[in-house]
Amino acid sequence: MMLRGLWKLTWLEIKIFMREPMGAVGAILIPVLVFLGAGRIVGGRLPPPTFAASNFIHVGLPVLASLLIAINAVISLVTIISIYREGGILKRLRATPLRPQTILTAHVIVKLLLTAATLALMVLAGKRYYPVGVHAPLFSFTIALLISTWSILSIGFLIASIVPTARFAQLIGGFVMYPMLGFSGLFVPLAALPPVLHAVAQALPLTYAVALLQGIWTGDPWSAHVGDIAALALVFVVCTALSTKVFRWE
Amino acid sequence: MRSVIQVSGVRKTYGKTIAVDEVSFDVHDGEIFGLIGPNGAGKTTTMECIEGLRTPDRGSISVLGLDPFRQVYKLQDRIGVQLQQAQLQKRIKVWEAVDLWATLYKKKSTDGERLLEQLGLIDKRNAWFMNLSGGQKQRLFIALALINDPEVVFLDELTTGLDPQSRRAIWDLVRGIRERGKTVFLTTHLMEEAERLCNRVAIIEHGRIIDIDTPESLVSRHCPERTVVLATDNPLAEERLRSIPGMESVTRSDSRFTIRGRGDDLVTEVIHCLSENHIRVSDFRTILPNLEDVFLKLTGHSIRE
Repeated sequence: MMLRGLWKLTWLEIKIFMREPMGAVGAILIPVLVFLGAGRIVGGRLPPPTFAASNFIHVGLPVLASLLIAINAVISLVTIISIYREGGILKRLRATPLRPQTILTAHVIVKLLLTAATLALMVLAGKRYYPVGVHAPLFSFTIALLISTWSILSIGFLIASIVPTARFAQLIGGFVMYPMLGFSGLFVPLAALPPVLHAVAQALPLTYAVALLQGIWTGDPWSAHVGDIAALALVFVVCTALSTKVFRWE
Repeated sequence: MRSVIQVSGVRKTYGKTIAVDEVSFDVHDGEIFGLIGPNGAGKTTTMECIEGLRTPDRGSISVLGLDPFRQVYKLQDRIGVQLQQAQLQKRIKVWEAVDLWATLYKKKSTDGERLLEQLGLIDKRNAWFMNLSGGQKQRLFIALALINDPEVVFLDELTTGLDPQSRRAIWDLVRGIRERGKTVFLTTHLMEEAERLCNRVAIIEHGRIIDIDTPESLVSRHCPERTVVLATDNPLAEERLRSIPGMESVTRSDSRFTIRGRGDDLVTEVIHCLSENHIRVSDFRTILPNLEDVFLKLTGHSIRE
């Protein structure tokens, strides 16, 4: 019975999302176009002169792109939940036998599906400019990205659970996520950071996501990343537990 | 008569503010019960405690024999709820909302399409929620509250913000719900709404119930004053009218007389006096107190203040 409700709600939310003026365009088309544009400029025309730059384009860029999509999905999820709370929609749904988990799960599925669709389009469209991507272990990478997204989502939920208004939620989501990305070892290798920042980086969940994604992309076996996965799982468990405690319906 | 809702000694505070205190009442099977009072009196808090959306600090509540706090999912299957200031997704279509709600309940739901027809929404079944008028939104919320064929229906400030015409249409719908044998629990700050719809009302102010009864009994207990206004040229009229039993005052301006008194018999006595003395009148009106007057009497201020 609840599965039927979950399926109905998920399908409904996808339809509603597609009806929004910027829905499909903003979530799927624009990232793909930006990715293609970047590919034309960087990948196609200007062969990178140094090894570091080449490494960033071949490993860093795909990881960055996928993480950005995941983060975007999370921020838009946070925004939707707070819009629903502000508008009294959450409250109305709560006065039915729907469980809170079902409502939240439906939104997570919608966002994961959109993320997957965007990535699939990118891989297809990007084959021309990013030939390396074709040889990367796409299946393992997708699993790694799902694990990372799940963990980032739980942080998003925690934010969504406590932040009162949609505008604020979007802001806080951005402020939490993007700086985390800056220190995650994606742009500057962790080893090159001063000790204090190195410690900060190790406390940030995204650092483990980046390590996992970069490793899997370059062909590491899963066994090399047990620690990263454990860290991401821990983040998920802690954030989910906290957000179910503090979640507000109105 | 069987009670479907029993509320006893309920208290709910938000921080230091006491929203409701020592609230107790019973709602009987098949009646329309109204909780009336000004905004901020504690109506919605009381209702949401009964629906299981809030937990009272003290006191006990039973709905259809269930504890709204511990058995909330069981209860929600058997009740229908319309919330004050609720919204749906902006771009959800009317039929999609009804269809979603129908899947959520264990019980076999009523026919959504028929419900939309009965509520006059069938032409709007493909419209987005954001494009509905206020009255249409409220009718959709009524449809959602009825989709699981509930035993008790909760309506919170149902007609607030609607124009008089939509309001009357909604009143007819609510009477229709009762005719289907369901119990209706509603809140309103409109005394006319309570008077026209409710079998019994509880007056609440500052979180406390002041009195509970049928609208008629409340009026006759608290406001026994009756007023008759009539117009006549008969020179003997004033003297005759002053001798009416139960009369308290007769005032005159030109040919217009205002007779004030107490008790339900006053009007009959006036008519009796007029016919016995062959007094011809060119106008005859009665002014009867209503729930507004009861509220004014009990609280010392008007409900609109």
